[in-house]
Amino acid sequence: MTWDEASVAERAAAFLAAHDPVAMDRLEFLRARFDAGLAWVHFPEGLGGLGAPRELQAVADRELRGTPDNQPGRIGIGLGMAAPTILAFGTDEQKRRFLRPLWTGEEVWCQLFSEPGAGSDLATLATRAVREGDEWVLDGQKVWTSSAHTARWGLLLARTDPGVPKHRGLTYFVCDMRAPGVEVRPLRQITGEAEFNEVFLTGVRLPGALRLGETGDGWRVAQATLMNERVAIGGMPVRRTMMEVVADTWRSRPELRTHDLHQRLLRLWVESEVMRLTAARLREQLAAGHPGPEGSGMKLAFARLHQELSGLEVELLREDGLGYDDWTFRRPETVDFLGREAGYRYLRAKGNSIEGGTSEILRNIIAERVLGLPAEPRADKDVAWKDLPR
Amino acid sequence: MTLLYTEVEEELRAAVRDLLADRCSPSAVLGRVESGTPYDAELWKTLAREIGVAGLLVPEELGGAGASAREAAVVLEELGRAVAPVPFLASAVLATQALLTAGGEAAGELLGRLAAGEATAALAVPFAASPYAPPAPAAALGEDGTVTGTVRGVIGAEIADVLLVPVRLTRGTALCAVEASPAGSAGGTVRVTPATSLDLTRPIATVSFASAPARVLATAGGPETPWVREALLRGAGLLASEQLGIAEWCLATTVAYVRERRQFARPVGSFQAVKHRLADLWLEIAGARAAARNAAARLAEAPVAGPPGDDAAVAVTVAVAVAQAHCGAVAVHAAEECVQLHGGIGMTWEHPAHLYLKRAKADQIALGTPGDHREALAGPADLPAPV
Ligand SMILES: Cc1cc2nc3c(=O)[nH]c(=O)nc-3n(C[C@H](O)[C@H](O)[C@H](O)COP(=O)(O)OP(=O)(O)OC[C@H]3O[C@@H](n4cnc5c(N)ncnc54)[C@H](O)[C@@H]3O)c2cc1C
Repeated sequence: MTWDEASVAERAAAFLAAHDPVAMDRLEFLRARFDAGLAWVHFPEGLGGLGAPRELQAVADRELRGTPDNQPGRIGIGLGMAAPTILAFGTDEQKRRFLRPLWTGEEVWCQLFSEPGAGSDLATLATRAVREGDEWVLDGQKVWTSSAHTARWGLLLARTDPGVPKHRGLTYFVCDMRAPGVEVRPLRQITGEAEFNEVFLTGVRLPGALRLGETGDGWRVAQATLMNERVAIGGMPVRRTMMEVVADTWRSRPELRTHDLHQRLLRLWVESEVMRLTAARLREQLAAGHPGPEGSGMKLAFARLHQELSGLEVELLREDGLGYDDWTFRRPETVDFLGREAGYRYLRAKGNSIEGGTSEILRNIIAERVLGLPAEPRADKDVAWKDLPR
Repeated sequence: MTLLYTEVEEELRAAVRDLLADRCSPSAVLGRVESGTPYDAELWKTLAREIGVAGLLVPEELGGAGASAREAAVVLEELGRAVAPVPFLASAVLATQALLTAGGEAAGELLGRLAAGEATAALAVPFAASPYAPPAPAAALGEDGTVTGTVRGVIGAEIADVLLVPVRLTRGTALCAVEASPAGSAGGTVRVTPATSLDLTRPIATVSFASAPARVLATAGGPETPWVREALLRGAGLLASEQLGIAEWCLATTVAYVRERRQFARPVGSFQAVKHRLADLWLEIAGARAAARNAAARLAEAPVAGPPGDDAAVAVTVAVAVAQAHCGAVAVHAAEECVQLHGGIGMTWEHPAHLYLKRAKADQIALGTPGDHREALAGPADLPAPV
């Protein structure tokens, strides 16, 4: 059937009539919501969706407002990156096994891509996966892995063939974070806490069923993850924006206002509005089936705006800006760019232009893929990975 | 409300673009700028009469196309892309909006002539005026019904058949229509003196009225001139689309150049310092497109001005102010990058880049500076100034 606003709203109402969100166990309620196709309506039926247009999700969310949610701040990597990748490249069995507990929040996911020697140049990564019978044996080290300490599964990119150029010898796996040989150590961040970790993989054995996509096709699968990561970081409609947070501070502290800050704040307000409109236009293009190149720019704009706004807020606060709420070394369960106080927001925003592809790399992508400017001369093309200069 | 372009809008764009490609090449524009007739009357006639752009904002019952700000915006994108020396903004947007706000029979009759391309009008108000602080009328209406006074910095006056002049009354203000060449009048004159202008493709002029015979179109009781404010605000919203067109030409031209131009045995466009600047510019322009489209869509939704302060009026003001605050600066940035990344050739009179730089810089001042528009947002955004 073809879904529209009315029929999705009707389905949500019928679901609510049959499932009392107050009386039911939270997890049972979420599982039932998934089974009713109201988790992500654009996913196929049977996998938490209705096969409906993506923008109708807002209708389901609106109808189900106030009911238990899946705490998206805990499972951002699962929702934003793992789910679309599994949907695009997973086997039927993998989709059935992973998507439901991913969405309900029963299973947290992390992303095991970056390594000490491979960040922006991700394709140069060195973690090895060697086939032994029906199993793969993994050895290597991952780094900057957000939520590895809470994760049940990891999206992992490993080298299966060192004898071919770097992009070609990669394979994509789902890593069992409970497997023997997986060791997660916290890495303390500039905020004081440890959202990310380093992950050591020593003789980790993964069954063949945990390979995602074909052997040697890992780079293509990883592209889907990375594309979704940028959209997840930069383009999602959010409940609250950094602009609103800073505007509230401005309104509640009239004694701190100066003309200079006012000018700069208005400038950033305009930029926020322009970004909101650009994202709205992008979503319209997507809905009309013409994904525009604006997508690659959203994360770039988002990072700059977050950094400038949060920096302005600390400056605006003057004496209070000299303080900081808490440097205690913690391992948080959620990621919240807007959480805590101004100093935290300022420091956390610094990561926005690094995580998910740095702003420099995003500018390269826009320049080459959108504007068609020539690539830099490269030393690593057509050279087997094992022969690259190190 | 959509921020995309509709099929009808794309068709209109194609018609305008084809005509401009044929009749308004950069070298043709450059050839005209010092010719003494800066506006291209023949091109304007074709645009106005054959493509019908002059009547886009005029309702059908008055002889117009009954289209909306969305279509006018698309025309402005194309005119900006070509820095076309035609009085579309002056006559079909600013003067037309003033007449639409004035209403009444005389204004309606004049709108019909403008829409049909039989006449061209100019609003005798400085192009630099801000919609948030419209200037007091520089001319006065005498008891004999003639207008006397001088207005500086007016666009489109050289090519206008009719000048719309805000005037002082003993009590209140009025909007008057004055024929540019008063026929058989008893000594009344209108003198249009071109100024040496920064913008070569849309020059300004000083207009002096000496006992010029006038027709009163509308009056207001207080010191304000609502027709002028409305024309300036709506004109500012649409100017954003012209600025978008300017910026798009500058980016496309620069990208094409740096892909071809080689230094150090490689295209200069392969140097990251150059690529990153153009990537940033592209992002600014993506924002300009969204903001300009939003302003046009909001104006189209509220074709008649509501009472100031009502929700629709505030939504229009916010959309216009956001678009101007952003697009004004983006067009200038794009033109400056265009000059810089062309190197020496960008500094020459022969290359058209300077036409865009001059238009962009003049547009940044026109109808309120980006700073004026930002300040106008303090109220609606609830970001009060320091006390
Ligand atoms: C908060 C946070 C969370 C993260 N979470 C995860 C995670 O969960 N999983 C995961 O796999 N990774 C994660 N990352 C890692 C992130 O993806 C990498 O840090 C990022 O890709 C950059 O790699 P790098 O740190 O090695 O820096 P490098 O690649 O060494 O870059 C250093 C500097 O050089 C610049 N540079 C590099 N190459 C170029 C080039 N070609 N042109 C111009 N400039 C260049 C970069 O922009 C940067 O400024 C996270 C990072 C942060 C900050």
